[in-house]
Order: sequence, then C-alpha cells, then structure tokens
Amino acid sequence: MRSKFLKQLAAITAGGLLVLGLGASGAQAKTDLLVYTAIEADELAKFKKAFEGDYPDVNIKWVRDSTGIMTSKLMAEKNNPKADIVWGLAATSLMKLSNEGYFQGYAPKGIEKLGKLYYDQKNNPPQWVGQRAWIASVCFNTVEAGKYKLPLPTSWADLTKPVYKGHVIMPNPNSSGTGFLDVSSWMQLMGEDNAWKFMDALHVNISRYTHSGSAPCKLAASGEVPVGISFAYRGAKSKSGGAPIEVIAPSEGVGWDLESFAIVKNTKNLAAARMLADWSVSAKAMKIYNEEYAVVAMPGIAKPVKNFPPGILEKMIQNDFAWAAKNQDRILNKWRDKYDAKSDPKK
Amino acid sequence: MTGTATLAPALSGLAVKEKVSREDWIMRGILLAIALFLTVSILLPLYFLMSKGFQDKDGTFTGLANFTEFFSTPALFYSIQNSLVITLWTSGIVLILAFTFAYGLTRSCMPFKSLFKGIALVPILMPSLLPAISLVYFFGKQGVITSWLFGYEIYGPIGIVMGEIIYVFPHAMTIMLIAMAMSDARLYEASEALGASKLKTFFTVTLPGMRYGLVSAFFVTFTLVITDFGVPKVLGGKYNVLATDVYKQVVGRQDFEMGAVVSMVLLVPAVLAFFADRLVQRKQVAMLSTRAVPYVPKPSRGFDMAMLGFCGLVGFIILAILGMAFFASFVKFWPYDLTLGLKNYQFDLMDGGGWASYFNSIELASWTAVVGTVMIFIGAYLVEKSNGFQAGRSAMQFLCIMPMAVPGLVLGLAYIFFFNHPDNPLGFLYHTMPILVICTVTHFYTVAHLTAVTALKQMDPEFESVSASLKVPFYKTFRRVTVPVCVPAILDISMYLFVNAMTTVSAVVFLYSPDTTLASVAVLNMDDAGDTAPAAAMGMMIVITAAGVRLIHSLLTRSLARRTQAWRKR
Amino acid sequence: MADNGAYLKVENLTKKFGDFTALKNISLEVFEGEFVCFLGPSGCGKTTLLRAIAGLDIQTFGRIEQAGRDISGLPPSERDFGIVFQSYALFPNLTVNRNVAYGLENRKTPKPEIAAKVTELLLLVGMPEQGDKYPAQLSGGQQQRVALARALATSPGLLLLDEPLSALDAKVRARLRHEIKDLQLKLGVTTIMVTHDQEEALTMADRIVVMNEGVIEQVGTPEDIYSRPKSPFVADFVGTMNFLAGTANGKGRVKLDGIELAANGNTDDGGAAPGEAITICIRPEDVVTRGVTRDTDNAVPAVVDNLEFLGSFYRISLHTQGPDRTGFRADFSINLMRDLDISEGRDVVVSFPADLIRIYGEAFIHSDETV
Repeated sequence: MRSKFLKQLAAITAGGLLVLGLGASGAQAKTDLLVYTAIEADELAKFKKAFEGDYPDVNIKWVRDSTGIMTSKLMAEKNNPKADIVWGLAATSLMKLSNEGYFQGYAPKGIEKLGKLYYDQKNNPPQWVGQRAWIASVCFNTVEAGKYKLPLPTSWADLTKPVYKGHVIMPNPNSSGTGFLDVSSWMQLMGEDNAWKFMDALHVNISRYTHSGSAPCKLAASGEVPVGISFAYRGAKSKSGGAPIEVIAPSEGVGWDLESFAIVKNTKNLAAARMLADWSVSAKAMKIYNEEYAVVAMPGIAKPVKNFPPGILEKMIQNDFAWAAKNQDRILNKWRDKYDAKSDPKK
Repeated sequence: MTGTATLAPALSGLAVKEKVSREDWIMRGILLAIALFLTVSILLPLYFLMSKGFQDKDGTFTGLANFTEFFSTPALFYSIQNSLVITLWTSGIVLILAFTFAYGLTRSCMPFKSLFKGIALVPILMPSLLPAISLVYFFGKQGVITSWLFGYEIYGPIGIVMGEIIYVFPHAMTIMLIAMAMSDARLYEASEALGASKLKTFFTVTLPGMRYGLVSAFFVTFTLVITDFGVPKVLGGKYNVLATDVYKQVVGRQDFEMGAVVSMVLLVPAVLAFFADRLVQRKQVAMLSTRAVPYVPKPSRGFDMAMLGFCGLVGFIILAILGMAFFASFVKFWPYDLTLGLKNYQFDLMDGGGWASYFNSIELASWTAVVGTVMIFIGAYLVEKSNGFQAGRSAMQFLCIMPMAVPGLVLGLAYIFFFNHPDNPLGFLYHTMPILVICTVTHFYTVAHLTAVTALKQMDPEFESVSASLKVPFYKTFRRVTVPVCVPAILDISMYLFVNAMTTVSAVVFLYSPDTTLASVAVLNMDDAGDTAPAAAMGMMIVITAAGVRLIHSLLTRSLARRTQAWRKR
Repeated sequence: MADNGAYLKVENLTKKFGDFTALKNISLEVFEGEFVCFLGPSGCGKTTLLRAIAGLDIQTFGRIEQAGRDISGLPPSERDFGIVFQSYALFPNLTVNRNVAYGLENRKTPKPEIAAKVTELLLLVGMPEQGDKYPAQLSGGQQQRVALARALATSPGLLLLDEPLSALDAKVRARLRHEIKDLQLKLGVTTIMVTHDQEEALTMADRIVVMNEGVIEQVGTPEDIYSRPKSPFVADFVGTMNFLAGTANGKGRVKLDGIELAANGNTDDGGAAPGEAITICIRPEDVVTRGVTRDTDNAVPAVVDNLEFLGSFYRISLHTQGPDRTGFRADFSINLMRDLDISEGRDVVVSFPADLIRIYGEAFIHSDETV
C-alpha cells in the first residue's frame, strides 16, 4: 500500500521535472507573438479573438501594464528586448522609444486611408502608427457630491477650489499615461509655469495619486473619492455600468494621446508582427476601436459613443506630441520631486 | 604484497584513506545537487543583486554612488523612518494582543479553546492584501463603520498598522503559544507555596519564562511587517514605506539599480532580526531540555470569562475581516447596489490575468508542494544522516537556513538580475512556471527544512548504521523506514508550501509573465486598477482554496495516521 | 607478517576528533569465536574503537584486518559484521518479522527461506510467536532480543554489541547476560561488546580489554584482570581495592605504618629502593582475620572504625595502630562477624596474605569509592 503510494509520488515527481523542463523550452505550432500593451484589460480578450479569427496561425500573448510602467519596462529592456510589437501604447511613449532606435519602420497595408495626424510623419516608412485617441475626462460622483455638497466642476480651475479638498484623486503621471497626458495638456494650455502653479493648488485637494489611469474613475464610481481625474472611455463605461457619475470634459480643453503601435527592431516574428500591424489599420479594426472610443485614426468610421461627455471632441487640445516626448523625462522628474517625493514626511 | 608495504601506513603515520562507498557517492551527489540548486536559487541571485547596487544603468562600477543618491533623496529616507514607525507600532500592539490571546488559550479554563485557536490561524490563509482590502470596506470613505476612525483616514499609517496586525497575528500567537506551553508548572506551585499574589506570580514567573518567546515573536513580527508590501500597497495612500519603494522603483520606474539599493537597505533589518532570533531560539531550546511539568490551569470564573471575552472579540474581528471580504466580493456595485451576484468573479474582464491566474496559482502551489517537499526532505535527510563530507554538509546547512533572512521582494528582484542576465545560460527559465516554482520553494525553504530536521532528529541515529551493517543501501531504508515514520512531518511541509505558494505576492510579483499570472498578484493588480471588489473576490478564491487544502491535509493526516502509523500505538 | 590465527587484528590505531585524540596507537587481536569486552569508564574510547572496527567512524591512522582482509578504510557496508546498539535502533514502523528479515530481504533470499530463518532466529532469542508485533508493543528486553536476532540474521563473521544492556533494568539485564553468552557459545560467532559495567564484562567475556583515556590498560581473562590487575587503574576500576601508602623495604618486602610485610610475586614497584614510597594494594575480601594472631605472617593490628551492612557481607573500615593510622577496608562475612563479635572501636588483628598483595611503584592517588 504504502510503497505503491511512494512509487506514485516518485513517478509524479519525475514526470513533473520532465514537464517543467519541457515547459521551459516550449513547443507549439502557432507563432507566439509577444505584444506589449497598455490597453485596458477588459478589451484585450476582444482584440485577441478578433485578430486571431483573421490570422489563425498567430497567437497573441499580452503583457499589459499602465502606460508609464510599460514605457519604463521597454526602456529597461532596451539592450535585450523581449517584445515583438508594442501595440496600444501612447504615441508620446513610442516617439521617445523611437528616438532610442527601438523600432523598425513599416507601412501597414492601407495606411494611406488614415489621417495624416495619426501616424509618424518624420520617418518613411513610419516607425509608429496611431490607432485611436483616448481623452482625459473627469468622473464626478453625484451621490457623494450631494453628501459633501460639492458643486459640479466644469473646468480644471474649479478643481483647485477649497471645497474639493481631499475629494479629488488622479493618476500618478510617472506610472500612468493618462496622468501624463493631463500634466502635458495643462502645460500646453496654460504654459509651464502656470501649469505648475495650478498643480500646486491641485495637490492640496488631491487625496492620493494612483498607479493606474482608470483607478480614479473606478474609485469615483464607487464613491471612495467623489472626483476622479481619468479618461473618457473609463468614465463612459462606468456610467453605462450603472455608476452614479457624470463624465465631464473641463472647459479649458482636454488632453489626449494616441494609442499606437510600433514593431520592435530585430523581432524574430516579423511576419506575424506585420500581420497584426496590417490588421490594426483595417476598417474592421477601426470599427472595433470605435465600440468604446470616439476618435479613431481612420476618418469617416467613428460613430458617437454612449455616455461620452458632450462636446468633448471640440475640447481636444492641439497636442504637440514631439514637445511632450522631448520634455517627458524632465517634467516627470520635476513632478516626482514636487509631489511624490514629499509625501507626508511629518506623519 | 609484502609485509613492509602493508605496515608502511601505520608506521609512517599516514592517514587512513577512507574508501568512499558507492552509496556515499550517491548521497554526496544528491547533496551537492541540492546545494547547487540553492546556490543557483539564492546565493548567485543575491550576489547579482548586491553587485547591481554598486553599478549604474550600463553596468559600470560606481562604488557607493547609488547609496549616496539614496540617502540624499529625502523621500526614500523618509521611507525608512515610516517603515520603522509602522513596524514598531504593529509589533507592540501585536505582542500584547497575541500574548493575551495565547495566555487565554493556555492559562484559563475558558470554553471553545480549539475553535479560537483555529480562528486565530485564519489570516495565514490570506494574502496580506486581503485584510487590507477588507479594511477599506470597513473604514474607507464608503466603509460601513468609517466614523469609528474619528475622522482619520484609513489610507495611511493607521490603516497599514491595522492591516499588518491582522496579517502577523497568527505568527506571533503561535510562537507565544509554544513558549507558554513550555513553561514549568512547578515554578507556579513554588510561587503559590511561597504565598505570592497572582500579579506577583505573573511578573516573577510568567513573564520571565516567556522572555524568549516574546523576543522571538517580536523579531518575527518585525521582519514580516518591514518586508510586507501587500498591506501598504493597498492602504498606504501617500505614506511610503521601504517595501512599497522597492516595488515603485522596480515596477513603477524600472530603476533596477535603485531598487537593488532599497532592497539592500531592507535586507539589513531582516538579516539582523534573523540572527537575533536564531540566537534567542537556541537559548529557548536549552530551556526546553529541562524536565518541565506542563501547567494545568484551574477554573476561575471571573478570569475565564474575561479571557473568553477577549478571545471572543479578537476572533470576531478576524472573522469579520474575512466575512467582509467575502460579502463585498458578491456585492454588485458597492455601495450603491448591494444586491448579490457573481459579477466580481468574472476575472477574465479585469487586469491580473483572469481565471487563468487562479489556475496558475494552483499549478504553482502544487508544484511547489511536490517538488519542494521532495527536495527539502531529502536535503534535510542528507544533511542530518550522511557520512563524512563535513564541509559539504556545513555548507548545505548554511544554504538551507539562508532563505529565511531574505525578504521575498529582495529575492524576486535578485532573480530578475540573475535569470534575466543576457549571458546566463539559465535565462530560458525567465518568465516561466519553473522559475516561479524555484523561487517559491527557495523563499519558503528554511521553515520547511527545519520542520524536516526536527522530525529526522527524533529518529534513532543508528538506523543508518544498522542498515549499513545489514548491507541494505541507505535509499532503501530511507524509503522503507525514514519516509513512513516521517509522514506527518512530510504532510505538514507540503501543506505549508502549498498555502504559502497560494498567498505569496512579494517575490513572484517580479517574476510572473503573461502566461504565468498568479492569483495573489492578480489581487494586487486588480486593486491597483481600482477593481477593489474583484480583488476581494480573487482573494477569497485563495482563502477558500488554502482552507480546502488545509482541510484535506488534516483529513489525510488523520486517515494516514490510522493506516500507516498503527505502530505508534502500544 | 606472521599469521598467528587472529580473526581481527587492530594495529596502531589512532583516532582524532579535531584536536582531541580519542584513541592512541591501539593494537589488539581478537580470535575466532572469542567473546571480547571493551571495558572502561565513559570517554575512554571503547565505543570509538568499536565504531572504527565497524567502519562507522573510521580511524585517523592505523590498520584493521578482519579474516585476513584489510578493511582499514572500507565503509561499513563492505565489512562483515552485525551490530546491536543500546537504543536497539529497531525500525518502528516494521513488525518484528520485517525487522529481523530486513537484511535478508535485500539479499534476494527466497521468501519461504526468509520466513524460516526469521522463525528460527526468533526462537533462538526466545521470542517465538511475537513476529507480528511492532517494536513499541514490546518491552525493552524483548526489543533487545529482536535487535540481536536482526544482527545475527545475515550470519555475520563479527557481532558488535554497543552497551546492549545499559538501558535495561537490573533483573532483565542479568538474565540477558546469560542468554547472550549462551547464544554466542552456541553460534560461535566472534563477538565484541562494549560496556562500562565490570560485572557484565567479568561474567560474559572470554577476554576483557580494559581501556582508559584512549589507551589499552590491560588485556586478559576476567580472572587475570581481577586478580592480577596490571595497573592501579585496572585494579581500581575492576572490583574494589585498598590503595595504601607504604615504603619499599628490599626485595619482596614492604613497610606499612611501621609493620614489615612480605609481598610475593605480584610486584610492580619499578625496582624502588628501600625507603622509597610505594602503593600497597589489597582487595577488601582478601583481608583475613579468622585465626589471625600477632604472630601470623603479615599480621596487621588495627582498630574498627565503622561497619557497613551490604546484605550478604559487611564492609568494615579500619585503621592501623601505628603512627600513620592508615585507613583500609575489609569485607567480612556475616557469620565471621557473629563468631568474632566485631563491633565499632574494637581492636582486631588482620593479615594481608603475601601472595594477594600487589605493589605499584607510583604513589597512586586513590579516589575513594569507585563505581
């Protein structure tokens, strides 16, 4: 009895070690395409299914994280890149990485149908190609607002009013792309000095900075913090899900960035990466983008999206990606020193 | 062969050349293989981590530049201060609570003792993130009893301390319980005979007798809290501590060099506490060897009721924490729609890797339990029972104890440096399930090893000599005698490894890949993304699984005891 | 080397544990079929020597030969011996049968043969019909018998017993002594037993090896060791001995507290010149008083200090009547005490028979009351 049990145990162990060994080397017929992305988790399955339906020989493997973290990760792997293609990451980040010689140019089939604003005009073939824009918005919990007697904010400036003290939450621009596009847009709207002054005032009202760009809206939706600086897609999604929130596009203008893709230099799966690139600029893909996002790279496709703040498209700022990419590190370091580094030393 | 030739060694005083038997070679071979494993799984990674702290991003040696930067960055420096504040507060409160709780269990005649003991151990089954998430539901802005904080915020030191208390309570309580069970009834009889009051007896007998237990519990609490990052991750708010700093530096900024520096700073108190604890443990063992008579409490209505009240309260709080996480995980949309449903269990729509994470975690835990138990038990057996080869055995002993001094975050980070190094031939392991198994086995090696050693030490040291004289190879005796006799300890080890592999976050958070996302890390990532309720739901899946395994373990132990341990009965 | 027929030869054995030398240049021969005891106080090296012979702790220097084969550096598994430990070391999860069969099963012996052998062995050690019990269900004495059966099962050329009886109570111990000895005689297996119990050694051994501080003090038959101890240590360790300070007084003569005594034969005074200090030894039971007068040879007038009743005899403390008042002890039978009416404070004359006196050269400092 006992010795049989032990024999089985031994067999399991031996078998296990073998499987561990095999598993490590990996043996699959399909091409695994390692895709680094910052797209929201709840959309990933949809994209994977749609793409693999059209290209059954390719198997997408997602590595997802917030924009800032994905950018840092890519930067850290610079000498030994792991990703085949970066997909759905902020154009600002891709431009920064492009300057480091991270990517190889490729003009996907049908790129001529995209708006010129939406892909790399500096290089030919382009190093990065935009897919859709995500736009800053403020999520405002009406139930909690009633409790604390908070007026509905309509502008960025409103958020610095003392009435909102401790009631505002925003993403940390060092880790979140949404956080950075907010900071970047304020600078482009107000000029750098005024933007810092604005953020000093805002910092007083901020309850804390989150790691991800969607967390503030989720926390606003659940009433944890009434006002969350986030982005339109997350706000609309939460509102459609039944959260008691208003999604607001502040009157001064809203920042935005392009979810874009770029093929990593020296990828071993170039063919598969190009397939994803081609698919990503197709009308079919654009229609899927539009299910959740109001602005896509191919003109004439987009239909209005439910619960997006009215007039938000008009409020999108004239975004200077090149400026943002060039100044990103400087701005982020200064931001860290001002607001992150000095978090509550006296407590 | 001539007479002079055979006599020569004796006359010239040449040392006898021992012939190493085939079996000894096998033993040494396996011992070396396990030592090699530990070298690769802890020694080399730590070396790479250490050296990284003295390098810049391009790998050039920069001496203490990184450390200078660290200590001149006020934010990071404040983290040390914050970490110490949190740790000392938590340790202080936990020691008092755990002491009183254990006192009630051992020194009173209150009812439901084993029930309370079981409840006190519940937090072991949770990832440390879960009590923290539960606290959000109690004391967050939308919490049910937020007002009880008198306007203070749960996000900050108060919340961290509360979460950590729940996280480390079972560990401190277990140590106290062991220390109290060891005390000598004769001292109490003597004290009573001398007419000392209860209070005086407490201060002259109870407390001094507990001093090693108290000190040991303090060090364990200290190490667990200062290296935990689950609780401060969820409840830290703007309050930074060392553990979250490592995470921020590495995951947030991908600044591995600075991460290495912070983790070395984190390593210092952990190692100090480790050595202090070892020292104290040794003294406690010396105390244990005296022939103590176990203390049997006498009923005392008032005291028993007071203890029942206290233990009941603590038990209630622990169950409430668990119950709140359980409840919140089913609530559709806290706090606006309190209808129940399974929406939060649709993990595939969230960050963290979906249901696959859960099954990956089970896979990891199973592998860790099987591979870890086999390796650790065999390793302990060889360290204890093999012949000669003193140097190898001492080295092995050191390697087996070492993992305990290394916090998980530090270990995980060290793995990145070592296994992701472009020149490392083992690089193929990076981002795979095996590396998670290796890391987890290593992370929890020491406690499992010590459990195995304790069980093996209780066996007659001459079994191996007898087998050798009967020409039975050691491995047959190992299989026919050692393993069957040690079945209870082996089951304990495998359960310990399984539960810890399910709940651990700290080391694996740096090592998972898209194919090997883990449930415990998913809790972290979902909470990070603001999906608090799904995070609680995944946390509950971990608790339920760990509890289930615990249940299976106790059933298995009982039935195995009946079948294979018949010989224990007289 | 000339073969003198020794079964086991130990030559110049030295064992060091770090700086500590546990065995110092030990040489020893054991003959086929012999029962040899290693006797000595704890820490004398007897167990170390046994473990070296077994290969469990291999010596630092020196050579061991068993049945003509050099086994000096061999691991235990390549030597030919069976061993029984003080702790019995029975496998707790195996029945008595499986324990005894343990060595046989590994040799691919056919099952019926094993069963027959196990039954035979259990019968031999007086434990028939107990084969299905587990060790924990047996008494200490029974466990030791099983351990013995297990060690004998593979018919080893050498049986090693490491304090096999020490953990048992006195009665069981006495019974097992005889059983083991009888068994050994019956099987004729060469046996080495380690013990610190002189009585055990004296009753069981063909020859005793007395050891102290890593060296062999004396090798000899029990009779030899008891009656002709070669050193004060042996004299002291085995049996009880009076160590009395005296002086040499020419060949075969010594002086004790002014009285001249004849000492035949057993002199080991290193040729002490007359007047030099020597130690005079006499066992308490060798002191004679019945029919002794001041005119008897080696008569010593003494005073009784104290009587100690020890059951079958009295141990009497006395001192000489000269200026030294040298104290010594004598064992007197009960009827002698009755006949001579010996009581505290009385003067008696005793005699130290000349051929039972032993003389040692050095002034031996005697620790009162040995084990």
